[in-house]
This record gives sequence, structure tokens and C-alpha cells, in this order.
Amino acid sequence: MTTGLGYPKWALAPMALALALLALPLLGLLLRADWARLPALLMSERALAALRLSLGTCLIATVIVLILGIPTALVLARSRGRWATAARTLVTVPMVLPPVVAGLALLTTLGRRGLLGRHLSALGVEIGFTTTAVIIAQVFVALPFLVVSLEGALRSSGQDYERAASYLGASPTRTLLTVTLPMAAPALASGTALSFARALGEFGATLTFAGSLQGVTRTLPLEIYLLRESDSDLALALAVVLLAVAGLVVWLATHFRAWGSHA
Amino acid sequence: MKRLALVAATLLLAACGQQGATTPSPTTAQQEPAIVFAAASLNTVFPAIADATYSFDGSSGLVDQLKGGALADVFASADKKNMDKAVDADLIDGDPVMFATNYLVLVTPADNPAGITGFDASLDGTKLVVCAADVPCGAATLKAAEANGLTLTPVSEEAKVTDVLGKVTAGEADAGLVYATDAAGAGDKVTVFDVPGAKDDPNTYWIGIVKGAPNKARADAFIATVTGEGQAKLAAAGFGPPR
Repeated sequence: MTTGLGYPKWALAPMALALALLALPLLGLLLRADWARLPALLMSERALAALRLSLGTCLIATVIVLILGIPTALVLARSRGRWATAARTLVTVPMVLPPVVAGLALLTTLGRRGLLGRHLSALGVEIGFTTTAVIIAQVFVALPFLVVSLEGALRSSGQDYERAASYLGASPTRTLLTVTLPMAAPALASGTALSFARALGEFGATLTFAGSLQGVTRTLPLEIYLLRESDSDLALALAVVLLAVAGLVVWLATHFRAWGSHA
Repeated sequence: MKRLALVAATLLLAACGQQGATTPSPTTAQQEPAIVFAAASLNTVFPAIADATYSFDGSSGLVDQLKGGALADVFASADKKNMDKAVDADLIDGDPVMFATNYLVLVTPADNPAGITGFDASLDGTKLVVCAADVPCGAATLKAAEANGLTLTPVSEEAKVTDVLGKVTAGEADAGLVYATDAAGAGDKVTVFDVPGAKDDPNTYWIGIVKGAPNKARADAFIATVTGEGQAKLAAAGFGPPR
């Protein structure tokens, strides 16, 4: 279990505290949940609508993240210089931005009176209050997770195989698809899982930018936030679902990373 | 060393972030100010009425916090239902008193882009934003629609009235139903229409002393101020008188 290098024994005390700090609130949530009524609660129309919307939008958002994120990570990993550093910073910013700020940013850009939204609106395209707005918010917050984890992997892996492939006559695209990406598969999978989880948890940007209507824009986190006001049992039941999905996704992500380190 | 300083700075920053909800107002007196848990809609008028340590949030969220053992002297609720919840949970000392009322109005962005003429059929097909039925302003919205024989088809049902107002002032929504005080606070950013009958069936604001208040004398004084000289400021902010 331990790697070659040990650790000072005192490190265990803060670690125990850290684990307790992280685990106890989750345990508290699980203990408060009404397990007997959980299935019935989750079968309610409100719960199902939120679940369906959340899973649907997150899947679409994750696909968009992959389409945009993989090439971005590749270019960043293979680039040096000032513009690459600037692009890298730009890509990381949404990761640490408070979600409500992300929502305001989207609103002032894509909203009906926003920088771009104004022109879109003139063309008859309005994004606010639609499921599209939810997906845009999710992509905005989830994309950095894929780019950052994939770029790190691409940068640290050697380029010998790729050089060999190109020497043997493979085109850059073929090299990417048959050599680079398969080698980065663990990082890609773990980055995908993290992006999905981030999209699933997206709250602030959706609330600010997309609104909240059952089946259209009210995702799981928004439904939980609203249910807190009226039906805390159902809010807790949905929180348990979100916790379970998040746990599963993070477990998968760790699993993929471990698989990578054995390869 | 540099890294240690960075860690310390981060922790400090995180600690500051935690305080967001309770902004201690500057105290002039030596004594500890009263700790007041008040509905979010009171967040500009209360500090103008009296100095206190305020925590503003949705009324039901505040009841949850009090149930969880949060320390407070005074609880001010934006509706009867949540004050009743607090009383039923044995959180309030004595009888709460009504200190203000608030009623729904219809607001549009200042230029009224959808050409809405009032709380009527002109709302059909527009981007109308309301509060969700789960929260007090949403329940009031449903009642008002029923009383006026309207079926509303909102594009969004928000959890907070401030989110409704925000979407109207941003021009994202064509119209929204908010409280008169929210409309007063938004000034000339919105155009206001009356909701027929809303004034006769207003939302009522209640205030009471929290059981086990660390500073009961201060709590009494605070409530006396709100129900006394504070009434003028409440009226100026758009609140109706208690009834």
C-alpha cells in the first residue's frame, strides 16, 4: 500500500480531521434522509422531471466538452510562448470562478440585451429560459476540467511514439486518433467523468442565466434548492441521488487514473 | 515560507467567505448589538432603521437555521406561514407581532418591450417570470392570478423574488411579479403596474423574540424601534402598514 517513501506519523492526525470534516456532513445528510419513502419520493413527477433534465443536459454538455476540449488540450500541450500561457489561463479561470459570476458573465454576453445576445435576438434566436441555456452554462463550467486534466497528461507523456508514427508516414490526424488519444485514454476518461460531475452539480450559472421551470431549465440542484422551501424530505431524497451519482462518477475517475498508472 | 504565507492567506480568504451571510454593521454603542435574523426583503430597510448584527436570508431558510440552533435575538419573517413554523417549533418567546405588509405588483423593464398593459391578457405569449409556488411570493402570485381569472404561463418560476426582479431589470424577461418594495427599490429601471386586489390581501411581516435570546433587552428595544419610529422608513421603502 505505501510507496517507498514514508511520512511523519503526526501527518495522520490532520488527515483524520480532514476526513472527518469531509465525511461527517455527507453522513449527516444520509442519516437525515427518509430512506423508507425514498423510492416513492423519487418516483414523483417533480423528481423524475429534474432527474431526466439533469442527465439529458449533462450528457449533451459532456459530448460538447469532448468535441471542443480534446483539440484545445492538444494544442495547448504542444504550444509554448505567451499566447499559449494566456490561453491556458483563460481556460482555467471558469474553474475557480464563483458560479453566480459565471451566470452573470453569460447573461451579459448571451442575454437578450447582451453583447452577442442582442444580435441573436434580432435574428429571432433567444437563449434565455431554454434548455440550451442550461447546456451552455454546464459547458462553460465543465470544459476547463477536461482541458486541464487532458493537457497535463499529454504534456507529461513522451512524444516518441508520435514521432515514430509520423516518421512512418501517419498524418497528424491519424497520429492523434491512433496513438496520442489511446495513450491518454485514462486521463481522457477521468477528465470526462469530472466534467460530467461538474455539469451535474452546476447551479449558480443556471439559476442566473437560464431560469427555473420544471422540465425545461430546472435541473436537480435547482429543484433541491427550491424544494428546501416546501418539501425538505424530497429535497434530501434528491440530494442523496446527486450524492450517489457524484460518488459513482468520482470513483470511476479515480479508477481510470489508477488504470493509467498501471499501463 | 512563501508557500506557508499563501496557505495562510487562502485560509483567511476562505474564512472571510464564510461570513457572507452575517454582515456585522458598525457599532457605535459599547454594548453588543442585537443579532437579527430577517427576511431577505428587509435587507436595505432594517439597517436604515437600527444598528444590529444582521443575517438576511429567505424566511424558511432562517427558520431552518434557528431549528439548527443558530444564535439570534430577533426573527423577522416575510410571511405568517414561516413565523407560524417558528412558533410551532417552540423557537419564539411570547407572541410575534405584525409590523408591515407587502403586496404584489407587476413590473416590466423600463421600456416595456412587450407592450404589456397590466395584469391581464396582454401577458399571454410574453416572457413572464414569477416566484415558484413553493415560496410565499409564488403562493401570492397563484392567488392573484385566480382572483383575476388569469392562467399564467411563466417561462421561469424562481425560488427568490430578487431573482424575478433581476431577470426583469436585466431585460431578460418581459414582465415579472414582485413585491411593491422590490419595485420601489428598482426605481426607474422598471415600469410598475398594479395587480388588482393585491393590496386587499397582502403578505404580512411578523417579528418576534427568539427563545433563549442571548440579549433579550436589546431584542425588545429592536422590536420597539421597528414597530415604532421605524414605521416611517418602512413606508418610505414601499411597505404597507400592519393591519
